[in-house]
Amino acid sequence: MLTAALLAAGFAAALASVLARSSRVVPRSTLIERINDVLPQTQCGRCTFAGCKPYATALAEGRADINHCPPGGDTTARTLATLLDRPYKPVDPQFGITPAQPVVAWVDESRCIGCTKCIQACPVDAIVGASKFMHTIIAAQCTGCELCIAPCPVDCIELRPAQASQLSLSS
Amino acid sequence: MSLPTSQPPHSVAPNSVARVMGIVLIALIPAIVVHIVFFGIGLAVQLTLAIATALITEAIALHLRRQPVRPFLSDGSALITAVLLAFCLPPLAPWWLVVSGTAFAILLAKHLYGGLGSNPFNPAMVGYVVLLVSFPQHLTRWLTPEASGLHPVDLSFVQTLHAIFIGQLPPELTWDAITSPTPLDAVRTGLKMGLTLQEAQAAPTFGGLGGRGWEWINLAVLAGGIWLLALKIVRWHIPVALLAGLAIPAAIMHAVDPGSYAGALFEVTSGASMLGAFFIATDPVSAATSDRGRLVYGFGIGLVAYIIRTWGGYPDGIAFGVLLLNLAVPLIDRYTVPRIYGRAT
Amino acid sequence: MTTRSQTRGGLKLETHKHRSTMRPLRAARPAELLTLPLDQHAGAAARPIVATGDLVALGQPIAEPTADISAWLHSPVSGRVRAIEPQPSALHPDTPSLAIVIENDGADRTHAANQPFDFSNAEPAAIVEHIARGGIVGLGGAIFPTAAKLARAPAKSAHLIVNGAECEPWISCDDMLMRERASEVIAGAKVLCRAVLAEHCTIAVEDDMREAAQALREAVEHAGGGIEVVEVPSIYPAGGERQLITTLTGLEVPSGGLPQDIGILCQNVGTAAAIARWVHDGEPLIRRVVTITGSAIQEPANLDAVIGTPLSRLIADCGGFATEPAKLMMGGPMMGIALPTDQFAVLKGMNCVFAATLRDIQPAGPEMPCIRCGSCSEVCPAILLPQQLHRLALAGEVPELDEYGLLDCIECGCCDYVCPSQIPLVERFRVAKPEVLRYRTMRSMAPEARAQFEAREVRLARLEEERRARLAEKRRSITSKP
Repeated sequence: MLTAALLAAGFAAALASVLARSSRVVPRSTLIERINDVLPQTQCGRCTFAGCKPYATALAEGRADINHCPPGGDTTARTLATLLDRPYKPVDPQFGITPAQPVVAWVDESRCIGCTKCIQACPVDAIVGASKFMHTIIAAQCTGCELCIAPCPVDCIELRPAQASQLSLSS
Repeated sequence: MSLPTSQPPHSVAPNSVARVMGIVLIALIPAIVVHIVFFGIGLAVQLTLAIATALITEAIALHLRRQPVRPFLSDGSALITAVLLAFCLPPLAPWWLVVSGTAFAILLAKHLYGGLGSNPFNPAMVGYVVLLVSFPQHLTRWLTPEASGLHPVDLSFVQTLHAIFIGQLPPELTWDAITSPTPLDAVRTGLKMGLTLQEAQAAPTFGGLGGRGWEWINLAVLAGGIWLLALKIVRWHIPVALLAGLAIPAAIMHAVDPGSYAGALFEVTSGASMLGAFFIATDPVSAATSDRGRLVYGFGIGLVAYIIRTWGGYPDGIAFGVLLLNLAVPLIDRYTVPRIYGRAT
Repeated sequence: MTTRSQTRGGLKLETHKHRSTMRPLRAARPAELLTLPLDQHAGAAARPIVATGDLVALGQPIAEPTADISAWLHSPVSGRVRAIEPQPSALHPDTPSLAIVIENDGADRTHAANQPFDFSNAEPAAIVEHIARGGIVGLGGAIFPTAAKLARAPAKSAHLIVNGAECEPWISCDDMLMRERASEVIAGAKVLCRAVLAEHCTIAVEDDMREAAQALREAVEHAGGGIEVVEVPSIYPAGGERQLITTLTGLEVPSGGLPQDIGILCQNVGTAAAIARWVHDGEPLIRRVVTITGSAIQEPANLDAVIGTPLSRLIADCGGFATEPAKLMMGGPMMGIALPTDQFAVLKGMNCVFAATLRDIQPAGPEMPCIRCGSCSEVCPAILLPQQLHRLALAGEVPELDEYGLLDCIECGCCDYVCPSQIPLVERFRVAKPEVLRYRTMRSMAPEARAQFEAREVRLARLEEERRARLAEKRRSITSKP
């Protein structure tokens, strides 16, 4: 009787120690990294946070829901739901609409005045140019975050569908 | 001219679920015939009851699930469940046994999970195991086969019906007189009582391979199975792996201690080995996905069946083997994805 | 040459090529009006360089490429430009595309500027540029601008494979081309070898194309050798680029990569013949061999047709319809595009017009749930698990679809063909692919975008730090002044 009880208790303790090391209990910093890895890194701020890492931090701390990311789309929402063990919801339209196809920004060079406001706004440095010099967007690096569009004083930036050759596809 | 503009391919092989199931049913006919020759007309009555129950419960389930009844009822999958389950039950088992087992299999093991294509467990085996666990005494009443030299008694058709529906034998007979242990059961009991394997197998119920009557049934099943392989309805991976899972441990143990462990040939020709290998474990819905996965799956079933037969609490372990490996299928699938063309892993 | 071992999967299908190869190749009758959609090649549509009312000569360029991946288009006849307007295109039967419609004046005046080209003394880059000017595109079905493909090939391609392994049932245009114009195919192969400095050249045919193999070997001998003719097992899809490469060389094209990554260039026999005609005769890509076949056609045949010819003309040339077809398609039964009517014109990529009756094709039955039988994975040449892909596609599990290789699917239709539950697998996969491509693009861009963002944060922080340091310095210099 005593042996059985001791064996059972020992087994339970061993199992508990194994489970305690399981992936459900992840140190916070690793969890933020894991969430950030899932996010598209567009850095657009549509989720109301100042970039993807702040959103990941908010998700890890439970301050935000999983459906804030339009560039990531429903696919990312689903992955986040699985990762964080929360119910899946499609992306909330109040944060934006997921584009049907990848888009990149394009500067109409005939109207650009060389003010550098868009260069300062771009979170991934995809615009080259300098004060009083022509600005142009490196399409292969543009994530379509649209942050450059508002600051332009002459409204010369528009979004265009990305060409296949501009998408850096590595398997 | 306004022609249809559906997507390619515009031509497909003339195949259908009903065709596949139909061929499987035809492949079972030799085994059914041999069974009736050795054990009497009881199986035919069980089959009738099982098939009727299966069709009726499937129709009810489809109706409750608001699915179209006609295409699913005619696909033949319920028929196969019914036939396999009836095959696993003693020929004179009471009518309510096969009816409840079949109903359970169809309603709970199949439709509760989503119907055709969605059942994680083999429905026939679920039905059988539920009956085995709930009514064990009825499932041990296997008839003494013809040609065993042990005073087999031929019940007439009416007497068979009487036994199944009313549960009464003709006045001059008792259950003990007409039933005897299956070869697997005889070996187990004999070994437990301290007999050697050879002594246990000296009983008249034993034929050349796996027991009189039973070996012929297994061979008839094998014939049907080989026909299925030839028609490519079934692929070789599960049957070969399952039989290997039985034969290899058996051969090893028999070599280690010939007096206490049955040999490989006995294991693969007795009980539900052949039926399991070619008809039960090969149920595609509950089996593993890739070829390598199926090898693991089949071998696992054979191995578990061998372990249960040799050291476990039941004379035959095929049913439990199948269900346990059904549980393992998602895990097996995860680790046996074939390497895609052009990828390194 | 010996047949080599086959890669995995595939189907042994009946070829149905006998009726369409009974008669010799002949030219289709000239048509009065020719319709030439501007998007009949992969990549960007061409832009017209003629206007309505212009007189054009045979072989005169009428549309120019508009991007890196685009192609020239030439007038197949001499005559007048009737209109430049939207017209139906067999590549996408539901939507018309801008097309140039030309009235044939029957005179066949050739464009004087089209002259033969001496390739034996030319630099590879010059040969590629010349091939571009001929409007040459891949005639095996992909219609990829050949010059763009050659320009992307490594400077020295080890192995040129000329693909004559016509594997789809009913289509026999490549077979007839090789039987009757093998010398053209070989001449084109030689030009291609020079254009990519290939070390080896192999022409592949299926092992049931005896006459074609014979004709090719004779032509190779006449041309001085140097090209190997190999027969591959006639299992569909033996002619699929990746499958053919593996069958011939044992190498696998990396997933997401191209044959050039392993030093191989693959071109269709029709493309090679078109290159030969352009380089040796100065005739740009304005015609091709088209198979008109199917039980609904009175006298199936292979016709040498100029692009832009109405299909109804080709069908009439073959005795017309013997009976109303059950289905009409451009291409074959496995991968062809179904057409609602015969009111379409010959395109550069049109290899076959298949007017099928119910004797020829077995349409799919009603769809049942997947019974997980595994027949699909047994026949998949890309070694995928279509049943898993189907389950994941239904559930919308995009990352898993990428993991299980949806983008490696070549849409050959083998899985769809064998499925007992009659599931339209190719259709499902086609619908799911754009989403998976989007996901993959997003995942591949993410690391770089993140790196750029983090570098920018570091730079802004540094600039801020420097600014603060300068201000502090300035404050110190002010306060320390007497």
